[in-house]
Amino acid sequence: MTAPLTAASVALDGNLAAAPDAPEAFVASRGFWGHVGHRLVRDPVAMAAGVVILVVIAIAILSPWITPMDPYKGSMLRRLKPVGDATYWLGSDELGRDMISRLMLGSRLSLFMGVTPVLIAFVLGSGIGILAGYVGGWTNTILMRTIDVFFAFPSVLLAIALSGALGAGIFNSIVSLTCVFVPQIARVAESVTTGIRRRDYIDAAKLSGASAFTIMRVQVLGNVVGPIFVYSTSLISVSMILASGLSFLGLGVRPPEPEWGLMLNTLRTAIYVNPLVAALPGVAIFLVSISFNLFSDGLRSAMEIRQ
Amino acid sequence: MSATDMTHDAAVELSGLRVAFGKTQVVDGVDLRLDRGQALALIGESGSGKSVTLRSILRLFPAGRSRIEGRISAAGKDVLALDKRALADFRGGDVSMIFQEPLLAFDPVYTVGRQITESIQRHEKISAQDARARALALFERVRIPSPERRLDNYPHEMSGGMRQRAMIALALACRPQVLLADEPTTALDATVQIQVLLLLRELQRDLGLSIVIVTHDLGAAVEVADRIAVMYAGKIVEVGTARQVVRDPHHPYTIGLLRSRAEGAMDKGSRLQTIPGSPPDLANRPPGCPFAPRCFLAEDRCRREMPPVGTISPGHDVACWRTEEASAAYRAGPQPVAVEMA
Amino acid sequence: MSVIPPGPDPFAADRGGPAQPLLSVSGLVKHFPVRKGTGPKKVVRAVDGVNFDVLKGETLGIVGESGCGKSTTAKLIMGLIERDTGGMLFDGQAIGERAMPWRSYRRQAQMVFQDSYASLNPRMTVEQSIAFGPKVNGVPGREAVERARALLARVGLEPKRFAGRYPHEISGGQRQRVNIARALALEPRLVLLDEAVSALDKSVEAQVLNLLLDLKAEFGLTYIFISHDLNVVRFISDRVMVMYLGRVAEIGPSDSVLAAPAHPYTQALLASMPSLDPDNRTQKALLAGDPPNPIDPPGGCRFHPRCALAEGVCGQVEPPLEPVRAGNRVACLARQPGSGHSAAPAEVLAA
Repeated sequence: MTAPLTAASVALDGNLAAAPDAPEAFVASRGFWGHVGHRLVRDPVAMAAGVVILVVIAIAILSPWITPMDPYKGSMLRRLKPVGDATYWLGSDELGRDMISRLMLGSRLSLFMGVTPVLIAFVLGSGIGILAGYVGGWTNTILMRTIDVFFAFPSVLLAIALSGALGAGIFNSIVSLTCVFVPQIARVAESVTTGIRRRDYIDAAKLSGASAFTIMRVQVLGNVVGPIFVYSTSLISVSMILASGLSFLGLGVRPPEPEWGLMLNTLRTAIYVNPLVAALPGVAIFLVSISFNLFSDGLRSAMEIRQ
Repeated sequence: MSATDMTHDAAVELSGLRVAFGKTQVVDGVDLRLDRGQALALIGESGSGKSVTLRSILRLFPAGRSRIEGRISAAGKDVLALDKRALADFRGGDVSMIFQEPLLAFDPVYTVGRQITESIQRHEKISAQDARARALALFERVRIPSPERRLDNYPHEMSGGMRQRAMIALALACRPQVLLADEPTTALDATVQIQVLLLLRELQRDLGLSIVIVTHDLGAAVEVADRIAVMYAGKIVEVGTARQVVRDPHHPYTIGLLRSRAEGAMDKGSRLQTIPGSPPDLANRPPGCPFAPRCFLAEDRCRREMPPVGTISPGHDVACWRTEEASAAYRAGPQPVAVEMA
Repeated sequence: MSVIPPGPDPFAADRGGPAQPLLSVSGLVKHFPVRKGTGPKKVVRAVDGVNFDVLKGETLGIVGESGCGKSTTAKLIMGLIERDTGGMLFDGQAIGERAMPWRSYRRQAQMVFQDSYASLNPRMTVEQSIAFGPKVNGVPGREAVERARALLARVGLEPKRFAGRYPHEISGGQRQRVNIARALALEPRLVLLDEAVSALDKSVEAQVLNLLLDLKAEFGLTYIFISHDLNVVRFISDRVMVMYLGRVAEIGPSDSVLAAPAHPYTQALLASMPSLDPDNRTQKALLAGDPPNPIDPPGGCRFHPRCALAEGVCGQVEPPLEPVRAGNRVACLARQPGSGHSAAPAEVLAA
């Protein structure tokens, strides 16, 4: 009842079925992702969050050219100007550098540190989880019990311990954050796959004589990637916060590179002098991470297409 | 059947009931009356609005999402005028309901007996001991074997049929006048289904209970109901005594339902008569009779104008322009009345 | 329609001739372990020694209530779960052995599931779902798609309107038509319908039943039709098998089994069908309580604790499945001469 049956003449999606000489009048459906997109644009919260994310990404990409001032150039005379200052609209930091420019440039590293570990973990974790879920039996037990070991540690602690062991630096932070997320994504991937494996259409595919690999590729993959992807987007915010935390502790990005977590760290000494400025990087982290969360929430409900 | 002649004394009376969810007009002008002590079956296919009609008697929809128009009175109360407190007392106290899936009616973490005694104590000032005694009597009433022991069972410890009986006991705990049953036997095995149907009949007779049962199964309806109302696309198309509807149908849809049943007992290998097509999209309903596109008797008038409700004989009402032709076609016997779908 | 290649020649793959059963099942057993507490290991005797034949071109109906093992039997026949013991011959060849490996058996035996939605991949169009089977069996993509469209037309769904649709965009009856088309895409000889019409509305059910009859005649199919609805089974089946707690209670021509049932359980099952006659409603349920659980089934005859005819001997002797009249075999001591049951017929019937 929810799905509009008057499917517009959108091109047949998926090349699997597209007839080579497509007869003119075939009514094509919008396709699954078409429906998801359609529903997503009608969700104002998800759309607002999406806009915030896009703006931040645009700023991150363009920041070297659009920052109003040099984000590295400080001035001992103009330290810790308050928000609303005539020159420094959002104030200046403890070395007298312009906050707007540093926040803009800092979005690059912050976003990078938020997205990259999740992306890598998405690939690795999905692989492990789907394999465990589809093969089942002993493979499942061994893989998932190993994964469970990682769950014994709180993720913050695990990230700090790994980073501490590997040493400071962007690359090591990414490695340690990836290690934190792989088990979580694998766990979700495994449960989604196990659920799909029990559906009748997988049985029907088996009955058609398809090999396990074909079933996995054609029947399973398309149905599990979506939910795993949604879960992963919700981890981006966690990743950003953890990355900021690592930088804050001196285990991530090193000064003078601007990064929101690191900025929060260095500005904490100024919290009594100029609390508003000191809080700005935190606000940025909060804003972006909550946007990622809201967007992934919207995506999840848009994907819940029932009959 | 208890013959009450008091015309004012209806157990349930719906007039001009319309229920919409968003743009979808699920129930579209239902008038229905159930006398005290009677059993009425609402039958129809999925999407016919039968369940929604039933649930509206208890106002079981969130207010924001649905729009209810018309008048609903049940057990002598104006349901749409009840405030929150009164509605809570009304549900269970005056009118209660059983469902297809009893596990949804019970809380899995409490014993069945405790849930029944709690329900009694919520509605009445009564000691725990007395409440338990009444729960035990209810279990005996619905014929649960070794009731004393079963009261201390958790819902999952009971078999499907027994859980259904326990849910009926729960529904009867506060001595309601009206019992609403939403597909109560659909999920049950055949030998269990007949037991539950017979139990409902027995409760109607012994307790003077008024019953409205919603089902898609004409056979189950005939087993329980004194009267049958056939719904299609949110409207009642035919209503009458079970005998009138099953023996002497006057609406083409009722005829189609009767004819498409496999026990319509044609010869083996012959084809079943079917109703072609599928029910209309309720969000944009065509003008005229909603059944017209699938009807073997449809003419231009049917597609333009909704037929008024006409009375065939006392108590037997049909909403169709061509009741005479329909009835004649039915009496002529199972001929190929339906155009076969490609 | 010419693209459904070998044409309706049901005997193309035939080996043993019309007299040889298409599927012959003997001594089929499947027990599932259950872990309950720390006590001794228990098993669910889901299917516990089942024998039957499916003749070529017939429809065998299987009826029974929950726990009778009809769905497990279906999965065993299709090889979706592994049997513990028992033999299955397809047209005289042992399934799963060299002459008839599972892969080639499955091309000839397909299944339609009860839940029309769960049995279609939600991310694939109707056409992709139907074409999947032929594709993995080596039919070139374009030909597979054309076959899918031809089959869609054959099951009453206009390809132009439906080929590109997704399962959630069509109704339950239409989905079940798609599932039937999918099952036919590999040109099977045996189609197993597991409660395939049970979830449909009555008027849609009738349409699909008619379709099944037409397809059977056109493609020379053999059906195994599993259902809890005796009326539907009576309508579509040539022979009926009644199961109770993992065993066959009665099997025979549907006219004979459903008109004059010999097994007390079949009688009870028939008596519990709603009457549809307002003047002659059911007065008494022949059975009380629910069908028992197949963990720890009773000894002797499985039905004896609920049976009106039960005697001492029923608790001790497991009744064999023996003919009582032409083609009708019943597992009930009260119907078998010399069984020790007081109601047993006196002399041996003509063999």
